[in-house]
Amino acid sequence: MTEWIDVCGADDLQPDSGICALVEGRQVAIFYLPKEKALFAVGNYDPIGRANVLSRGMIGDLSGQPVVASPLYKQHFNLETGVCVEDAAVSVPVYPIRIENGRVEVGVGG
Amino acid sequence: MSTKQTIVVIGNGMVGQNFLAGLVSSGKHTDYDIVTFCEEPRAAYDRVHLSSFFSGKTAEDLSLVEEGFFERSGITLHLGDKAAHIDRAAKTVTSAKGAIIDYDKLVLATGSYPFVPPVPGHERPHCFVYRTIEDLEAITASAKDGKVGVVIGGGLLGLEAAKALTDLGLETHVVEFAPRLMAVQLDEAGGAMLRQKIEALGVAVHTGKNTSVIKDGDGCRHKMCFADGTELETDLILFSAGIRPRDELARASGLEMGPRGGIAIDNQCRTSDPDIYAIGECALWNGMIYGLVAPGYAMARTVVADLTGGEGSFTGADMSTKLKLMGVDVASIGDAHAKTPGAMVYTYQNGASEVYKRLVVSQDRKKLLGAVLVGDASGYGTLLQYCLNGIDLPENPDALILPSRSDESVGLGPDALPMSATICSCYNVTKGDICQSIDGGCTTIAGLKAETKASTGCGGCAALLKSVLNSELAKHGYEVNTDLCEHFPYTRQDLYNLIMVKQIRTFDELLEKYGKGRGCDICKPAVGSILSSYWNDYILKNEHVGLQDTNDTFLANMQKDGTYSVVPRITGGEIKPDMLIALGQVAKNYQLYTKITGGQRVDLFGARVDQLPSIWKDLIDAGFESGHAYGKSLRTVKSCVGSTWCRYGVDDSVGLAIELENRYKGLRSPHKLKFAVSGCTRECAEAQGKDVGVIATETGWNLYVCGNGGMKPRHADLFATGLDKETLIQLIDRFLIFYVRTADRLQRTSVWMENMEGGLDYLKSVIIDDRLGICEQLEQQMKYVIDTYQCEWKTTINDETRLKRFRHFINSDAQDDNVLFVEERGQFRPALENERKHFKLNVETEKETVTGEVE
Repeated sequence: MTEWIDVCGADDLQPDSGICALVEGRQVAIFYLPKEKALFAVGNYDPIGRANVLSRGMIGDLSGQPVVASPLYKQHFNLETGVCVEDAAVSVPVYPIRIENGRVEVGVGG
Repeated sequence: MSTKQTIVVIGNGMVGQNFLAGLVSSGKHTDYDIVTFCEEPRAAYDRVHLSSFFSGKTAEDLSLVEEGFFERSGITLHLGDKAAHIDRAAKTVTSAKGAIIDYDKLVLATGSYPFVPPVPGHERPHCFVYRTIEDLEAITASAKDGKVGVVIGGGLLGLEAAKALTDLGLETHVVEFAPRLMAVQLDEAGGAMLRQKIEALGVAVHTGKNTSVIKDGDGCRHKMCFADGTELETDLILFSAGIRPRDELARASGLEMGPRGGIAIDNQCRTSDPDIYAIGECALWNGMIYGLVAPGYAMARTVVADLTGGEGSFTGADMSTKLKLMGVDVASIGDAHAKTPGAMVYTYQNGASEVYKRLVVSQDRKKLLGAVLVGDASGYGTLLQYCLNGIDLPENPDALILPSRSDESVGLGPDALPMSATICSCYNVTKGDICQSIDGGCTTIAGLKAETKASTGCGGCAALLKSVLNSELAKHGYEVNTDLCEHFPYTRQDLYNLIMVKQIRTFDELLEKYGKGRGCDICKPAVGSILSSYWNDYILKNEHVGLQDTNDTFLANMQKDGTYSVVPRITGGEIKPDMLIALGQVAKNYQLYTKITGGQRVDLFGARVDQLPSIWKDLIDAGFESGHAYGKSLRTVKSCVGSTWCRYGVDDSVGLAIELENRYKGLRSPHKLKFAVSGCTRECAEAQGKDVGVIATETGWNLYVCGNGGMKPRHADLFATGLDKETLIQLIDRFLIFYVRTADRLQRTSVWMENMEGGLDYLKSVIIDDRLGICEQLEQQMKYVIDTYQCEWKTTINDETRLKRFRHFINSDAQDDNVLFVEERGQFRPALENERKHFKLNVETEKETVTGEVE
């Protein structure tokens, strides 16, 4: 079962940008695209740059797939699958995310 | 004893050096012991651009010898020693200093000397020739106490020399024996047009003058008396009346000579002794001495081929020339005087715009034999190709010199050229060479320049090179994609224009109207930068914040562990002790690793994102403001201490640096910008390695542009000289905004200028002469940016909603447990991987550090 953990209010989200939440000891990067009402949650740790920085990367799309670019060495990670666009052997975890009653919740377990 | 053969090269001028370089690049130089004599105190330098010495180039700039060339190539150079005697029987060369070298092959590259007519008084002091850097130094010294200068000789070199005298601030006269200027290259009407233009520039021209005696002057040092009874007073005289071959060594050793001098050579450049070659201006081929460098290089290639088993011969050279004399375009091609039997002539003369053009064509009007162009030499490349390749002329050849009144193109398309057509005559690069390079995957002008050297000499073929490249790329089916990224089918410059013309204020609006998708980390910062340099909004406004790289978002520089470094502005590198103490106190309070930067400021490392606002609050309270080290924008204006303290200082470099830095701080640009100001030509601020460099001289500020350090260092180009501060700032305003408007993303000023068609000259014409008529607009835009400057950190710390972002977790005050420091040399730095493995975090300490010894 997915357990939903409350992390912050919907008004804490940064439009077209990212924030980082601490979810049961894990660092989760949360991205919000208001125009398409899309929310994404992936691990904050950049496995290539080896630092907790992905929430501070720029978001956009490559050939239609939503991505975040690492602020360290600019590799792109698919926000839906977590897979690195430049090196498919590398990936970051992805988490379920939703807004319930004006609160942002990240799913763990399940 | 070496069993190798020995080659001795007498003379290390342009041609001698070209021969050595050619031999080395053939790879066969290791088959020989190579010895060369150079009578001058410095090895080969660029005599063609000698006059640039007066506009600020140094002897090092003019050098043609790469550092370490002789050592690397195993060539023995006898500098400051000349060959005095050749013993052909013993096959030895004896030098003036007494060295005796055995040779197997001997190459004479002794060049020429300036001819000084034997006028009584020609040996007086303050009479010079124009040949070596030493000559130039003597002329400069003499000009210091003089007012008037005369050049005897109105040929190509004489007019160059006249330019040099005007640069030295002298009232300049040109005295020519023939009835017109550049008598060898130009016909009468062309010479007259050139004269008109040069006189308009303030140089007095006296033609048909035969100097009979030079004696003491009344008001000046000399009085020149002419055969027609007229006189001219002057303080210095420069003889530029042609060249004579340096053939005395060859003559004394009994080699065959021409009746009027010159060492006779065959098509292999061999003299009458098969083991001795002669190349360059000392050699006489088919009764002809070539006083240009390109034929000398062709001879050098011939000898390299002969010595290395290659094929090649010298069968004469094209003497066509194109040059800018005192800003006047002059070109001469082939049979300019229509001496070919049956030749027909077309002439176009436009008195109002001072343009003269003449075509010489064959009797059947099918082939171009020669041409003269004065005032507008833009057709040179096309005409030269017609002439050299024997291409059939269009039905109405005069269309080639008539101004085009419609869109019809009369230029010769690159496809019409045969593969053998020489595109770059400086480096003998053919169309075939260029195509081969393109086939090999080279698709840019910069790449072609690097690979083939085409267009790296005089640059006259730049436009032609570009058209060959474009045409070949099109043929290969390459679509040259200049789109910024997949979201915008436009170049950065296009987007700039769209934003400007359509007055677009946000990325979303631009994307909606001209792009697709969501954008990416290429187009977002590029558009963010354009919006910022045009509108100069606060970059963390809601609609802009998503466009910023992390460095701009957090107004600091992210380091490898995700922490940031902080660089406050220290204008011109000048800082009050109290400010320095305050800066040190902040660093100490937050335990930040502290280092002095190359741009004369202080970098504080290891700040966590949540610490940035309080660090900046302390800094702002102490009087600091943002240094924009995080942005693609003006970084620093470095300065030397200048005339305030330095005993050599000519002007106040620190004062100017501070003024410039305050003027341009905050300007967002396609790439970072670095400036420097030096207080004298000793150049301690290294201004010539910067995007904008300023150097103080006795006559005002000299402005240099488009230099950089980094991975591919580039010396800046001299842009304008002797400026007052107002003009200097005006030119920099225009230069910067033109760069901001037209460069590609992440393109530094150097690459921007090198890729610009027309290069430095074009840039000068836009910025100095206002050829596009946009300078007022450029200045206004700069004024807007300056007037709307704000310290981004001051704005940020006063805005609670912005500060929300400056924490690591949105839902916790915990810190990033992956950030780990160790102490080294009394400061904290990020832990290395092996240090992380061996030590557990000690989260209780204020600074998360590991203690104990590192393995």
